[in-house]
Amino acid sequence: MTATVEAPSGDTRPARRAPRHPVKRRTAARRHVTPWMMLAPGIVLFTLFMAAPILYTFVLSFQKELVSGLGLGSGSRTRTFAGLENYVATFTDPEFLASVGRVLVYGLILVPTMLGLALLFALLLDARRTGAKGFSRVSIFLPYAVPAVISSLLWGFLYLPAVSPFYWIFEQLGWDDVPSLLSPGLVVFAIANIGLWGGVGFNMIVMYTSLKAVPTEIYEAARIDGASERQIALRIKVPIIMPALIMTALFSMIATLQVFAEPTTLRPLTNSLSTTWSPLMYVYRDAFTRDDIYSAAATSVIIAVATFAISFLFLRVVQRRAFGQED
Amino acid sequence: MRAAFRTGAVAAVAAAALIMTGCSADAGSGGSADDPVELTYWAWAPNLDKVVDLWNDENPDIQVTVNKQDGGDPAITKLLTAIKAGSGAPDLIQAEYQKIPTLVSSDALADLAGTSAADLSGEFPSGVWDSVTLGGDALYAIPQDTGPMMFYYRDDIFTQFGLTVPTTWEEYAETARALHAADPSKYLGTFSSNDAGWFAGLAQQAEAEWWSIDGDAWGVGIDEEPTQKVADYWGGLVEEGVIDNKPMYTPEWNAALNDGTQAGWLGAVWGPGVLSGNAADTAGMWKAATLPNWGSDASNGNWGGSSTAVTSQSKHVDAAVKFATWLNTDPDAVQALVTETGIYPASTDAAASTLSEAPEFFSNQPDFYDVAAEAAQSVAPFQYGPNVNVAFSAYNDEFAKAAESKTRQAFLDAVAAMQQITVDDLESSGFTVAD
Repeated sequence: MTATVEAPSGDTRPARRAPRHPVKRRTAARRHVTPWMMLAPGIVLFTLFMAAPILYTFVLSFQKELVSGLGLGSGSRTRTFAGLENYVATFTDPEFLASVGRVLVYGLILVPTMLGLALLFALLLDARRTGAKGFSRVSIFLPYAVPAVISSLLWGFLYLPAVSPFYWIFEQLGWDDVPSLLSPGLVVFAIANIGLWGGVGFNMIVMYTSLKAVPTEIYEAARIDGASERQIALRIKVPIIMPALIMTALFSMIATLQVFAEPTTLRPLTNSLSTTWSPLMYVYRDAFTRDDIYSAAATSVIIAVATFAISFLFLRVVQRRAFGQED
Repeated sequence: MRAAFRTGAVAAVAAAALIMTGCSADAGSGGSADDPVELTYWAWAPNLDKVVDLWNDENPDIQVTVNKQDGGDPAITKLLTAIKAGSGAPDLIQAEYQKIPTLVSSDALADLAGTSAADLSGEFPSGVWDSVTLGGDALYAIPQDTGPMMFYYRDDIFTQFGLTVPTTWEEYAETARALHAADPSKYLGTFSSNDAGWFAGLAQQAEAEWWSIDGDAWGVGIDEEPTQKVADYWGGLVEEGVIDNKPMYTPEWNAALNDGTQAGWLGAVWGPGVLSGNAADTAGMWKAATLPNWGSDASNGNWGGSSTAVTSQSKHVDAAVKFATWLNTDPDAVQALVTETGIYPASTDAAASTLSEAPEFFSNQPDFYDVAAEAAQSVAPFQYGPNVNVAFSAYNDEFAKAAESKTRQAFLDAVAAMQQITVDDLESSGFTVAD
């Protein structure tokens, strides 16, 4: 720790003296310019394609369009300052709050199941006696390569009793009353299942990669001390890859808040999904069905702030446990 | 290196020349064969470019380029974005009738009342003409096709169970009960929460007025007697369980059309295309009839149909009108529209002269287009408002809940909710809403 604190102060000393010598000043100036030039492409791209749109969204969220009279003919629409109106409208809309509630339930089902399975598969793949590792790894990872819209269509077919091979089998077995996963109470499981199918592989690869980075001497030492494979897995491997677990948990939570493609693709197949099932669908409806980009902008800002807040809180809570030993 | 530079320079000069010609074409209103007016046309009807090719061959002075769109909704969203941006809109756009008030209210369409298009009113049924004038003095589009609703049924299943074709809604309900009682796996139809245009057509038939203009204010009449009657009727059938409650246009619905689980469909005149695409194996088994009626007076609703509009950003309004007039009224053009895109033309004379032979899927019913003409004649007038998009998405959400709960009361509640959401949206946008 002390060494890293001293290093910068040692560097600044010659820089302070520099003005007395013109030659050195020029090199100092160049030293200041070069990093900026290297950063410039990144800064320009970030400003154009991230900062500016975000700022514009923010500006839009405080505006609204007002119509005069019948709203027919030119110039009947004017853009005006709306203050916090759009934000108030979103927060007081029971539909929005319900969509947040639905996504929380979805996340509670999906995230623990997905990470649990991913960890289990990663540990199994890392275990000494597991065979056909390459094949297993690829086949678990493969669903991640299928775009969410495609996988939702595939699962949609499998969920619809009239066209699903599963329901055909149930019928042959004499089980007539198997409920459709697309019925109102179960549809959240139907969507979580698609997320699970696509997400386990990715998270497994992240965990497996960090397991591979662990020096094997640790395991040898544990074995000499008489630890079983299961003890090694639970007492050594899991604690060591805790940072990877936390990172995948954070990414999964953010992805959960942004669930959109799966329910949007399944919606036309069932009465159980509304056009505002998830918060992002709510934004999409406002922006593209209702042509109200102002409300959509306000809701987007709310979702972004909530995502930041949840990520930050989550990291605060788990950080000490996860990265404590690295200090 | 030098060769590469030269090619680049030539390309740049050529590009500059192209831009210059582009500018000069923009400046002049009339075109010539050497210097044609170039029009862009956003449309989604399949094979429309083949019809436009006919025009381009005959009219070297006005060249039209079709820009294929994904569908009615995305094209309108794109157009509204271009209008807000101030540039990027095409000269012409295929616009569904229910989108016209929204487009007009966003100042996206040119008023054609002062052009030669104003003389076309006699070519179209008055209900259709009303939807492009919004009942006022302006003219916002030229009608292209309409979708008078029709009742499709499986003739073989009707014969098998000894059912007769219903002519009133009362008879339709009885037929639905009889069919479901004879074979509990079969339904005469389904109530689809996905298709707001379908329900609007059924309400139109019952003479509902979802929107109306009252001086300087919009009236919203969704939650009124006609629509309540329709919702109550369908809610009753769904509650009874004799009509299915699953949405249309799903893999499940396609399977049901194929295997006879759905033995009927309340569709529109463009139905043969849907049936042949989704249930190809049932060719020759279906028949078409006019929609069942509420009373003795024949009345009908529209589901779908679109028009050709000129956008407010077009610099060649006259040329665009000339093309749109040809496309929708010229016998050769309408004939090509019918054969290439499979639409039912809005123009009364053109429809009569071009539609003689029944569609292939309905080869068992030679008088298909006589039935269609009868259906087209009795379409009731219907006024769309400036927030059809809001009302339609409210339909999706509210009627999905109602269909799932399978109670008559839920259907009536859904109508009330649609009314509330539509009025709230108009008011929060600043429209004056009549009580």
